[in-house]
Amino acid sequence: MAGPMMRGRGPGPGGPGARGGFQKPKNTKRTLLRLLTYLKTVLPLLCMVLVFILLTTGTQIAAGWMLSPVFDCIGRGAMSELLLWILALVGIYLVGVCCTFVQARVMIRISQTMVLRMRRELYDHLMTLPVRFFDRRSHGDIMSRFSNDMDAVSESLNNASVQIISSVISLIGVVISMLLLSWELTLLTMVLVPVMLLVSSVMMKHSRKYFGEQQKALGELNGFIEETIEGQRVVKIFCHEEQAMEDFERINDNFRKKATLAQSIGGAMMPLMQHINNFSYVIVSVVGGILAFTNPAFTFGNIASFLNFSKQFGQPITHIAHQMTALQSALAGAERVFNILDEASEPADNEQAARLVRDNGTYYWEYRGETRPVLGDVRLYDVTFGYVPEKTVLKNVSLYAKPGQKIAFVGSTGAGKTTITNLLTRFYEIDEGRITIDGIDIKDIALKDLRLAQAMVLQDTHLFAGTVMENIRYGRLEATDDECIDAAKLASAHSFIMRLPHGYDTMLEDDGGNLSQGQRQLLNIARAAVADPAILILDEATSSVDTRTELHIEHGMDRLMNGRTTFVIAHRLSTVRNSNAIMVIEQGEILERGDHDDLLSQKGRYYKLYTGQFELD
Amino acid sequence: MNTSSPSRLSGSYWPHMKANLFWLVLGPLVIAAGGVLEIWQTNFMANIVNTIEGSSQGVSYDEVMSEIWQNGGAMCLITLGAILAGIVGVLLLTVGSMRFGASLRLSLFRAVQTFSFANIDKFSTASLVTRLTNDVTNVQNTFVQTLRMGTFTSAMLIGALINALVISPTLAALTLFSVPVIGIIIAVIVKKGFPLFEKMQKAIDGLNARVQETTQNIRVIKSFVREEHEKKRFATAAEHLCEIAIKASGLMVTVMPCMQLVMNLTTVAALWIGGGLVQTGELEIGNLMAYNTYIMHILMSMMMMSMTIIMYSRARASSRRLKEVLCEESTIRDPAQPVTEPVTRGTVEFKNVSFRYNESSPDKVLDNISFKANAGEVIAVVGATGSAKTTLVSLIPRLYDVSEGEILVDGVDVRRYALKTLRDGIGMVPQKNVLFSGTIRDNIRWGDPDATDDEVAQAARDAQAEDFILSFPDGYDTRIDRGGVNVSGGQKQRLCIARAMVKKPPILILDDSTSAVDSDTESRIRESFRAHLAGTTVFLIAQRVSSVRNADRILVLESGRLVGEGTHDELMETNDIYREIVHSQQKGVSD
Repeated sequence: MAGPMMRGRGPGPGGPGARGGFQKPKNTKRTLLRLLTYLKTVLPLLCMVLVFILLTTGTQIAAGWMLSPVFDCIGRGAMSELLLWILALVGIYLVGVCCTFVQARVMIRISQTMVLRMRRELYDHLMTLPVRFFDRRSHGDIMSRFSNDMDAVSESLNNASVQIISSVISLIGVVISMLLLSWELTLLTMVLVPVMLLVSSVMMKHSRKYFGEQQKALGELNGFIEETIEGQRVVKIFCHEEQAMEDFERINDNFRKKATLAQSIGGAMMPLMQHINNFSYVIVSVVGGILAFTNPAFTFGNIASFLNFSKQFGQPITHIAHQMTALQSALAGAERVFNILDEASEPADNEQAARLVRDNGTYYWEYRGETRPVLGDVRLYDVTFGYVPEKTVLKNVSLYAKPGQKIAFVGSTGAGKTTITNLLTRFYEIDEGRITIDGIDIKDIALKDLRLAQAMVLQDTHLFAGTVMENIRYGRLEATDDECIDAAKLASAHSFIMRLPHGYDTMLEDDGGNLSQGQRQLLNIARAAVADPAILILDEATSSVDTRTELHIEHGMDRLMNGRTTFVIAHRLSTVRNSNAIMVIEQGEILERGDHDDLLSQKGRYYKLYTGQFELD
Repeated sequence: MNTSSPSRLSGSYWPHMKANLFWLVLGPLVIAAGGVLEIWQTNFMANIVNTIEGSSQGVSYDEVMSEIWQNGGAMCLITLGAILAGIVGVLLLTVGSMRFGASLRLSLFRAVQTFSFANIDKFSTASLVTRLTNDVTNVQNTFVQTLRMGTFTSAMLIGALINALVISPTLAALTLFSVPVIGIIIAVIVKKGFPLFEKMQKAIDGLNARVQETTQNIRVIKSFVREEHEKKRFATAAEHLCEIAIKASGLMVTVMPCMQLVMNLTTVAALWIGGGLVQTGELEIGNLMAYNTYIMHILMSMMMMSMTIIMYSRARASSRRLKEVLCEESTIRDPAQPVTEPVTRGTVEFKNVSFRYNESSPDKVLDNISFKANAGEVIAVVGATGSAKTTLVSLIPRLYDVSEGEILVDGVDVRRYALKTLRDGIGMVPQKNVLFSGTIRDNIRWGDPDATDDEVAQAARDAQAEDFILSFPDGYDTRIDRGGVNVSGGQKQRLCIARAMVKKPPILILDDSTSAVDSDTESRIRESFRAHLAGTTVFLIAQRVSSVRNADRILVLESGRLVGEGTHDELMETNDIYREIVHSQQKGVSD
């Protein structure tokens, strides 16, 4: 009797408020079709689920029908016949439950494995995207696609799709059954449908508006919380707590008011819809009673069945309405995932691209049938580049680095120093000009091999969750423990690592939060050292190491740079002094070039910088 | 002192509920009334059926008809009442729960405001932000849903059970078998489901951590060509999550059909036994129909309850994280009888000060430091990265408490001051600069909310910030974006200095606060310090020797120990470490 109630999971937790208001996909049809393509591989399983949904719904309707003979038997006192009906009912219920069980299990497997596939596909694709992509997107945005959006997709597959399908089926079944029982009663029950639709659409429209306001207020509130807590130390230093509390109270109260309004309307909808449907129960009771009284063909059993059906009738409608919103937000989520999947990957290598091979600890290029050692001869010919088309960052830059040379870039923030190194690894593609390594255009080198030939140490030190040893080995996965330790010694990181609680096996959590910035930089240097590259790029690699320590590690750094072409970017001029060539870059152009002594004697910008008349910011 | 005992954890939402008890009790009560009304409706349906059944025993047509209409009318009224109760109840509850949420947020925010630096270190800023945003929303939503669904369903459950009992105790006895079975099923959810959901949450966190690490480290991954390696790591995390999700949802979908079966079998048994009772005349047929409806209600309520429990389990992790914040006691608080005499002279004395960040760790960050700074002196602190320069100055405004020894400001132990008094006497420009969204004027006025426009402008001039401020089209009314992203590093530092200077404090602490300012500007800032802050005791941490060489005294720190003290010239003669620092920066100039 209570069949359909069971599968209805009722209103989902949280409601729209939790996930950020109403989300609507921009192109519903396309997204839906694309989502469905994921289901192709599990088509047989899906068909099975569909069959089981049909069976489950069928048993519910059948059980509703059986009530009629059951009550008639009771009315007539035909106990032996009643027993038969009862046994049949038990059988039907058992079948129904088994079907529900199988269907739900299979559906979970389908949805979870599908989401797993989507997640992995998304991640794999993420790995192929150019650095440019990550410049544009915040971490939070990308992360929410992996968690929130994927959750929405899996949940809706699991619940919404099944519920919508079964609701539609049961709605059809129920309406047919009701018509068969009594078309008069059915029509009377139907009178309420337009009322329900009207009420729900009016309320939805209003609640959408208020939910929008609520989300805006929530954004403001969370923004304030974020800013204040991030600046909490300054708040304390300036005894600003009282003021912060006052501001918070105001913003918090505003949110409360907006949210109360939005939630009231959203919340009132449920009981309203539910109870409107109860009117049909009243109608059926009264009119059914009169029918049974005046028309002997209409039995108590019919009333019982009809009452049951009328209770079942409102439910699928509410479910469909409810699940439609869930489905919409799932589609919006799927669309956001697909947006990333549609981002263009890094360019593919051309077929004749040069490859890197390592033999006996030495790297060779394999290019157009010949093998030549990797020397590290880097040349830039009239390179022009801008991150966005309308703003050129580098203008006609030409320079060369002979194998083993150390080239330094000096200049203000935004002058284009880091940009040059980004172009060497093809994080970005140049707009004009040419870059060659050992005489091969870098566009003719397989992307991976181009990067393997170089190692970068960046100013923003990033470490991975894992042990210190694993972090160093990141530079070259096949490096032995000894090689890693040697690299650490070279980077002067060995002594502090040995002082960590578990030495090289110390776990680094939270981006190495338990290490100082200087220590993290040293680990980054060790990681680059173990990679043993022909070309080394040090972008403010020792900026957080104080000058005295830097002096101490100078020897190790010299050994690291020995035999490698090195590009150094440094704020601190003491770091770049002994370079073979120093390029002073301003506004994307090389202003001065030469070694330290040349530049000093030019008495230009470098001279001013060096003598402290001018400082970089 | 230790406040994280579970007994205190349990009760901490109560004050927020208590303040809004009117709404939070009345709302659910009205909602529950709606549930009762809905149950009651069924009785009238039974009346109608019974009346018609009775009509065969010679009740007149008119009597039957009027009986039907009367009952129908009553049902209509009840339905209207139920709608009203449902809506009013939801409105009341919404108001109450929003007030509850606002009050909870406020107290969390207040708790964070009282936190010391050590407390903040413990939680980490990012985690505090998540707790105050996502976790609160999560808990609040669950709170509303639990109250709404919980009261409505329990009212229905109780009402239906009572009605069933009234109709036929024999039949009601049947539920004695089924309700405990359902109870057991719910217990299984709690016992098996909770840990699974918690595991699932952890797996989700793990997955998020991988994605976060990847997006942050993308340049490193690409430059070392570790894409395949990362893909494998991600696949492991994703598969782990998938496995647990299948297990957790698998449990849920096993539970549902089981409950369904129990209730369906109860229904069938009721029909069979009830059928017999109708034959013997102990039960009217309409009542048997009503009984069936009750069972349906009971079943539905039980189901909703199990859903509520699942919801609750999901919010449990969030709730625990909130309570951790609420129960965290600030490690630094005002003393019982605080000194409120303002700091005027600005003398600072360290007496055998040692410090550990963690009481249990054996390593001292600062080891037995003693020195005295007289009013108006400029004290520079130099030393290698990690030599605890910042820690040393953080102890003066009591951002952390010393582990051993004492620090005297104006001859009074800093721990005896009211925190506000002490900190009002100290201006500090921290290494990690933070500006807040608002105008430049608002930001400078942080130092002194009562500062006049002239005073703000003076502070900006002293910090050599006025030129660039006036170069903006809106001057002092230029809006600073969140995090101060629309000003350069050097400009940000100068605004932070102005913010500290407007305070005109007896003690000023500058922690590497001119590193992004060119030396020309820096020397002009030093000039104005000398001119306008003559009586101010200044603590100066700097990397550049040029910034510190004119200080009255220079403290040389090495691994948390004070290894040198004196003027530049004195230290150049006596102190190897200082000489080495100077040498490392000047190497080449003399070449």
